[in-house]
Amino acid sequence: MTTISAEELQTASGRRFRSSLARWMFLLASAITILISGLIIWTIASEAWTFTSQVAADQLQTIGWFPRRGMFDIGTLILNSAQIALVSMIVAVPSGLGAAIYLSEYAHPRVRRIMKPTLELLASVPSVVLGVFAISFITPVVLSKFFDDINFFNKLAAGIGVGLLVIPLIASISEDALRAVPRDLREASAGLGARKATTAIRVVIPAALSGLMAAIIASGGGDTSLFETSIKESGGTVTSAMAALGLGTDQVAGDDLAFQSLYFLGALLFIITLVMNMLGNLIVRRMQERY
Amino acid sequence: MRIASSPADIAIRTAKTRQSLQRRPQADLPGTLFKWLLISFTGFAIAFLGVLVVVMVSDGWSVLSGRLGGFLSNGFSQRSAQDAGVWQGIVGSVQIGIATALFAIPVGIATAIYLVEYATGGWFARTVELNVRNLAGVPSIVYGLLGLTVFVKTLDGFTQGKTVIAGGLTLAAMVLPIIVITSVEALKAVPQGIREAAYGVGATKWEVLSRQILPAAVSTILTGTVLSLARALGEAAPLILVGAATGFISFGDSNFLETFTGPFTALPVLIFNFARQPGEDWSANAAAASVVILILVLIINGAALYFRNRFEKKW
Repeated sequence: MTTISAEELQTASGRRFRSSLARWMFLLASAITILISGLIIWTIASEAWTFTSQVAADQLQTIGWFPRRGMFDIGTLILNSAQIALVSMIVAVPSGLGAAIYLSEYAHPRVRRIMKPTLELLASVPSVVLGVFAISFITPVVLSKFFDDINFFNKLAAGIGVGLLVIPLIASISEDALRAVPRDLREASAGLGARKATTAIRVVIPAALSGLMAAIIASGGGDTSLFETSIKESGGTVTSAMAALGLGTDQVAGDDLAFQSLYFLGALLFIITLVMNMLGNLIVRRMQERY
Repeated sequence: MRIASSPADIAIRTAKTRQSLQRRPQADLPGTLFKWLLISFTGFAIAFLGVLVVVMVSDGWSVLSGRLGGFLSNGFSQRSAQDAGVWQGIVGSVQIGIATALFAIPVGIATAIYLVEYATGGWFARTVELNVRNLAGVPSIVYGLLGLTVFVKTLDGFTQGKTVIAGGLTLAAMVLPIIVITSVEALKAVPQGIREAAYGVGATKWEVLSRQILPAAVSTILTGTVLSLARALGEAAPLILVGAATGFISFGDSNFLETFTGPFTALPVLIFNFARQPGEDWSANAAAASVVILILVLIINGAALYFRNRFEKKW
């Protein structure tokens, strides 16, 4: 039992001291998160600046990404990343949103209790495993049925792999958004005689639209396709080109500009993420419904 | 206009109404279709998980059934696929997991506590919050760059270069925002009444926190934290940049603690390497190693589920 003496109440020692000490520790910890951001920006910016200030313009428009030969075809990398992101969205958005609507509007609580952890499990499947899956199953077993001579490492398989990976991400953020819609809206809609499907499509989804958009944008930003194309550098994405460079970090370190190009790509990714985030925030604020 | 007020008219009308009321409700065909569409989308995600496991097990079956013991206990071998194993990867992943947890969990939870319990909406708190949300979206490979420059090179004296500690710090920076976000949600879910009651009997802020709020929120915090560690376990890209060894490592006769400051590798990095080698044997190795990492992920998720059910509080 805690006993309080008169002295303790008068002086700033003991319990009160401990309390204020805790406050400073928590403050310090949150400063660390800002420190990390600062370090990321500082790290990337300094090396990326070296790259941009030394690279010649025509080196950026070569055919193919061969950093060790001074060929930095940034455009193709970005295009590939964008294509893969597009394919992944086509795979992930219907499935992720569908699962979220089902879980929040239709599913029996018992079904939810089973489905939620299953989706969490899906979310923690490592991206390398997905890469192995893409190479050993998606391309040779599924895609080769539709395309006659498909390359072993192709963007379609990469996109599908990334899409499968972000389904649970979209599903879980969207489900939170849907469940945040007040019950009253659903009850009012049902009271007017709307069917369950009508309520979901006309009332709940529009009310949660800002959250759903945020989910889609959040999953579109992360290019996790480390694997599929990394071996074939010419057909690579921003991420895979970085991994390929990183594999030979030691050799790259002395090379002129190849090492810096790694950070340039990092800066590119960082800026894209930042812009996507800001876009997401803007959309959420514009479309947010107030109830 | 004729007003239908004759008894015969009224009788006809009521009969009609009654008929329409008594008719069984029309089958809601589009509604049912919509529901089944949703179920099939959900089923697609689940089916994919099943197919993934089946494909990995069948591809890696020659390894899993033929030489499971050797596969689990051997080191990485560049020379022959038949001798390659994942032992060093497992050790490395566990060590990195420990280092990540040690660095990320205290800082993450403390930041969440500051944001929920102490911050009063000032510029500092708003900056931290925005910053954390941005960090959560930064691709993992960018954290690899951070690790390479800051933890491997600049903090060389502390991390000894390309070691487990540098890898752990890198992944800790990566999972920190996720831990903060889930912990913030958990703390916000603790009812205000508990805080007020504790203050009401004269507790200091620290006492309210340590004896009331944290115990109440611990289930959700642990679940989120454990799941984020599962994510760290699967990351290959940042570790490759930080310099996880891609070949055989000789541990020599150094003990477990000394390996924290030696060269390291991790399970996902090994899978990445296996899959890069040409030939059937290597892809079997990659599939088998994928099964190993899936089992680890399953165990971690099981732990998260256990925490959730075991300590869950209802208000």
